[in-house]
Amino acid sequence: MSSHRLIKPGLIGVALVAFLAFPWVFSNPTYTTIAVFTLIYMTATTSWNGFAGYSGYIPLGHAAFFGSGAYTFAVIAQHDHLGAGYGLFGLVPVAGLVAGIIAIPVGLVALRTRRHTFVVITIAIFFLFQLVATNLGITGGSSGLQVPAPNWPGATFNDPFYYVALALLILALAGSWTIRRSRFGLQLLAIRDDEARARGLGVRVGRVKLTAFVISAIPVGMVGAIYAYFVGQVFPQFVFDPLFDLSIALMAFFGGLGTVWGPALGGLILEPLQQYLTFTYSVGDLYLIIYGIIFLVVILLMPLGLLPSVTSWIQRRRGGPARASPGGGGAASTLRAEPESGP
Amino acid sequence: MTALLEVDGVSKSFGGVQALNLCSLTVEAGTVAGLIGPNGSGKTTLFNVMTGYEPVRQGSVRFRGTSITNSSPDRVFKLGIARTFQLTRIFARLTAIENMLIATQHREGWLGSVFKTAASLGPERERAMELLEFVGIAGMAHQPAGILSYGQRKLLELAYVLVADPDVLLLDEPAGGVNPSLINHLAEKIRELNQQGKTFLVVEHNMEFVMGICDSLTVLHQGVAIVTGTPAAVRSDPRVLDAYLGGTDEEGDD
Repeated sequence: MSSHRLIKPGLIGVALVAFLAFPWVFSNPTYTTIAVFTLIYMTATTSWNGFAGYSGYIPLGHAAFFGSGAYTFAVIAQHDHLGAGYGLFGLVPVAGLVAGIIAIPVGLVALRTRRHTFVVITIAIFFLFQLVATNLGITGGSSGLQVPAPNWPGATFNDPFYYVALALLILALAGSWTIRRSRFGLQLLAIRDDEARARGLGVRVGRVKLTAFVISAIPVGMVGAIYAYFVGQVFPQFVFDPLFDLSIALMAFFGGLGTVWGPALGGLILEPLQQYLTFTYSVGDLYLIIYGIIFLVVILLMPLGLLPSVTSWIQRRRGGPARASPGGGGAASTLRAEPESGP
Repeated sequence: MTALLEVDGVSKSFGGVQALNLCSLTVEAGTVAGLIGPNGSGKTTLFNVMTGYEPVRQGSVRFRGTSITNSSPDRVFKLGIARTFQLTRIFARLTAIENMLIATQHREGWLGSVFKTAASLGPERERAMELLEFVGIAGMAHQPAGILSYGQRKLLELAYVLVADPDVLLLDEPAGGVNPSLINHLAEKIRELNQQGKTFLVVEHNMEFVMGICDSLTVLHQGVAIVTGTPAAVRSDPRVLDAYLGGTDEEGDD
C-alpha cells in the first residue's frame, strides 16, 4: 500500500514542476496566452466546485463575481490613475474581497431556494449584474473601461499573469482540499445528501451554505481581476458572460464534480480545446457545439466525471477494492436533479 | 414515574384531511412506549409535530415540562429528542462512520470547523465505532452508507442519532421491511438501551415486536388517541378491534 500512497503526492509534484516550467519550455506568446486563460478557468471551476460539488447546489451565476472582480480592478485602476506594473496585482486580493462581500447578499437571497429554483435564481441575479454594469456611470456603461497596460517586453509579457494565476490556482486547490477534509466539508456533504436530515441532526445548514458560497466567490473575483488586467479592457458582455458559468460547470462535471482535483483537470482539458478551436477555425462559437456533445457524453457514459471514472477503472484493473458509488454518485444524481441546467 | 414527553390536544389537518384531532399522549421517563394504529391514523404526523417537522396551530408539546411546540427540528434534537424515519434517511454518499459524525457537528464553531479536519474527531470517532459495534454494523464503517442493506440502514440511523446521547428516541417503524432475525436483534438493542435509561416511543405495525418490547401502548385512530394501557389490556380492548377491523365506523381507514 505504501507505494500507492506515494502516487498522489508524486503526481502533484510532477504537475507543479510542469506548471512552473511551462512558460520557459513553451515561451511562444500564443501558448502562454492560452495557458493564462486556462489557469483562470481552472481556478474558477475549482472554486465553484468548492461550493457546488460539495453542497449539491448548482449556481449558474458565478460570472457575477467574475465580473465584479474585473470591474473592481478596472474602476480602482482608472479612478486612482494607478500606473501599470507589478503593483497593480495588489488589486487582485481587493477584487476577491469585493466579490466575497457581494456574495453575502446574493447568497442570502439565492440560498432561500433549492434545486431548480436555486439554479434559476442565480442566473437571474447574474443578469441583474450584467444589466447594472451596462447602465451604470462608474462602469463606463456599454463602452466598458480601459485598463492601463504594462510596458513589459512582448516575449515575456504573459509570464507575470501566468504566475499570478498559477498562484491563485494553487490557493483555490488548497482551499478546496482543506474544505473537503474539514468538519465544515463533512457538514456540506451531509447537506448534499439530505439537507433536512442534516438540519435535524443539528448542522447549521444556513450558515454552512452561505459560508461555502461566499468562500467560492472570492477566487472567482480574483481571477476576474487578472482577466481584466490581462485583456486590458472590461466590457459588460465579456466579463458578465453567461457562457462563463456554463463553461466552469461543464469543466467541473467533466473532470469530476465534488472531487478536489477533477474540476481543475476538466479546465485543463476543455479550456485549451476551446482556445484551439477558436484559433484554428476562427469561429468563436464552435466550442459551444463541442461542449454540448461533451456534456451529453459525460451524462450518458461517465456520470461521475473523468477523474472518478479513471480512478475506479485503475482500481478494477489492479484488482483492488473498487469504491462503490451509491446513489449514482456525485455528478449523476445532481445532473438528474437539474436536467435543465445543461447548455 | 414522571412524564418526559407530553402531547396535549394537538390538531393538524392537511387540506380536508384531519390527520390529528385533539390528540393527547404521554411518555413516561424510562419506559418503552408504543404507538399503533391503522394506516393513515396519524402516527407519523404526530412524530413530525413532536420533532418540529410539522407546525401546529392547536395543542402543545412539552418535554420535561417545557413547551417545545413548533420548535425547529435542530432545537428539538439538541434538547435530547432524537428520531428515525419510516423511510430511513441516511447520507448515502458518506461512509457509515461519517454518517455517525454528523450529529456531533452542532458543537462546531464557525471558522474552526473549516480548519479542523474531520479526521481529527478522535474521541467522537471512537464513540461512533462503539455504537456501530453496538448495533452490529462496525464491519461496514468505511463503506459508503448507500451500499448498506435496508435493515443495516435502519441500524445505522438508530446508531447515528445515539451519537448525540439523546434522552428520548422516537422510532418510526424500526422493524418495517426488516428480516425476522434482525428484528429480534433490534428489539434486544432497544431493551438494552432502555435499561441504560433511554426512553422510547415506537411506531410499529409488527404486533409481535410491539407487544414484546413496549411497557405501554397507545392506539391512534383517525387522529385521536383512543386507548392507552398495557399491551395486554390494549390487545383485548373492543375499541381497538373496531379501529383495526372497521367495526362500527362508517369511514374506512387509509
